[in-house]
Amino acid sequence: MADQIGNVWIFIEQEEGKIADVSLELVCKGRELANQLGVKTEAVLLGNNVESLADTLYSYGCDTVILAEDEALEPFTVLPYARVLTDLIVEHKPNILLFGATFKGRELAPRVASEKLAGLTADCTDLQIDDFDDKVNKASYQNKLMQIRPAFGGNIIATIVNTWDDPQMVTVREGVMKMDAPDSNRTGELVKVTPKLTDAEKVIKVIERVREDKTVDLKGAPIIVSGGYGVGDKETFAMIKELAATLGGEVGASRAAVDAGWIDHDHQVGQTGVTVRPKLYIACGISGSIQHVAGMDDSKKIIAINNDPDAPIFSVAHYGIVGDLKDVIPKMIKAFKAKA
Amino acid sequence: MSYSILVFVKQVPDTQNISGEAMKADGTVNRAALPAIFNPEDLNALELALELKDRFDAKVTVVTMGPPTAAEVLRDALYRGADKAVLLTDRSFAGADTLATSFALSCCVNKIGNYDLLLCGRQAIDGDTAQVGPQLAEKLKLPQIAYVEDVIDLSFDKVTAKRAIDGGYEVLECKLPALMTVMDANTPRPQAARRIMKFKRAKTPSELSKAHANADYTDAELLAEELAVLEEKGLLINEWTANEVGADLERVGLKGSPTKVKKIESVVLTASESKMVEATESGIGSLIQELIEDHTLG
Repeated sequence: MADQIGNVWIFIEQEEGKIADVSLELVCKGRELANQLGVKTEAVLLGNNVESLADTLYSYGCDTVILAEDEALEPFTVLPYARVLTDLIVEHKPNILLFGATFKGRELAPRVASEKLAGLTADCTDLQIDDFDDKVNKASYQNKLMQIRPAFGGNIIATIVNTWDDPQMVTVREGVMKMDAPDSNRTGELVKVTPKLTDAEKVIKVIERVREDKTVDLKGAPIIVSGGYGVGDKETFAMIKELAATLGGEVGASRAAVDAGWIDHDHQVGQTGVTVRPKLYIACGISGSIQHVAGMDDSKKIIAINNDPDAPIFSVAHYGIVGDLKDVIPKMIKAFKAKA
Repeated sequence: MSYSILVFVKQVPDTQNISGEAMKADGTVNRAALPAIFNPEDLNALELALELKDRFDAKVTVVTMGPPTAAEVLRDALYRGADKAVLLTDRSFAGADTLATSFALSCCVNKIGNYDLLLCGRQAIDGDTAQVGPQLAEKLKLPQIAYVEDVIDLSFDKVTAKRAIDGGYEVLECKLPALMTVMDANTPRPQAARRIMKFKRAKTPSELSKAHANADYTDAELLAEELAVLEEKGLLINEWTANEVGADLERVGLKGSPTKVKKIESVVLTASESKMVEATESGIGSLIQELIEDHTLG
């Protein structure tokens, strides 16, 4: 083992000067890992005119913000980002590097890992520090990052370890790590670096870019009413929305309901959507595939409504109602209005 | 002159449609019972290549890395419209993670040589990592465009593509050669009956020699002759080993993989303390009452 292990790095994703939630979630998790290892928590912030974001990063627990600014780093394109990040890794040798498993993170991280010949594990749902005894190769490693992720369509959970040179790289799903409250008294050190970019990194040109911030905040919603394929049609799906509005919650959906076109992807809960853990999750007409359950089974209370008494969703529910949604939902709305 | 497009595909267990028979009594998945299918988004990548072939005149070569049985997805691709197929297969590839896989594929690409565009499905449903595409691009020092939904234009020095980003889309222009990963944004064409008639006889050399062995004839000369005939008719599926693509054996398979699996646990849906509620006004009424009292609601 090296005498001095490197720090924990978090790649900070920002869009128009706003830091992605997942990056702040990872700063909090990264700080926990860094404390266990006795190293620093360092943010890597790329963009143009984004220096003002450093204070936010300190308040969430970063000891250092490594800042690289260049016109070619705004908006995000993969080649200049990969170049700057790889150069920084070679120079500073971080022990761990965390990315959000977002569109950007999942495009950027493999490019960097490939050049660095580092291991990379996608879509982790948990990270821990532990020792690893590699019986096959008769080698043992101390204080490695346990990279825990669902695989095989969510049917298995694998713990993966990177045994080559650092950094140990992972992408982490949005919403699975807890974001702690910021503390504005915290300060840190700003390290400015000058990117060395050439024309080779500028061969991809952005001709048009259309985006809007998500209008749905499923991760932050205390109550979620979700509809699945069993809802049957768009008209009945309106009842899901009505129940959500009555209870003061957000509308969620399974992949099947999104694929059916009843609601858009921003509302999707599960492995290919958002991971949520509300106070109350009401699953309406959702059969309960592993892919969906993986995104909601940490909810504090789960109510399942389904006309199939054998639906797997009942095995994770705290309350099960076997019945027709068109009958049950109006009764819930009526009961709530009468009592609240 | 036409474009040379390489499409990378994978044969995967159908993890998305796990039926009763594929579940063991303990609630875990019986992988052996899962059917092997063409990875869904690789079909989208193939469809995009075939659309480009229709629009711009291109030759489409489909490549897979896997066991000898993966020749099945290559034939499927030929039925749908691919021109040529390559199977990269070698025992030394077993246990490869995404880095080792992309390295082996990059060696294969270098052997194929002439190419303008490389297409991969965004991700495969057995691992869902989405890593091999970008890693293959890096290994070949090519620019990459991930999450492509459509190609707007193609010319000999550049491609213009529409791709998904968080909360919207982008139109990117990139010089060729380039690699793109393709999303589930088109409808893969079905197999064409006429092409099935032709390509059902397409074989890899090892499939041919196996057929000979099964028929109990082992005339090496005859085998070579039949191979030559297959090749002449465009029915030979190329089959290459690690050595044949010049891959350093230290960098493929388990040896070439930095990530190791420490442990695997099956997901079993655990029964929480579940209370059944009657779908009646009084049943639902007392449930709502309980949730209001414990401050879950209201």
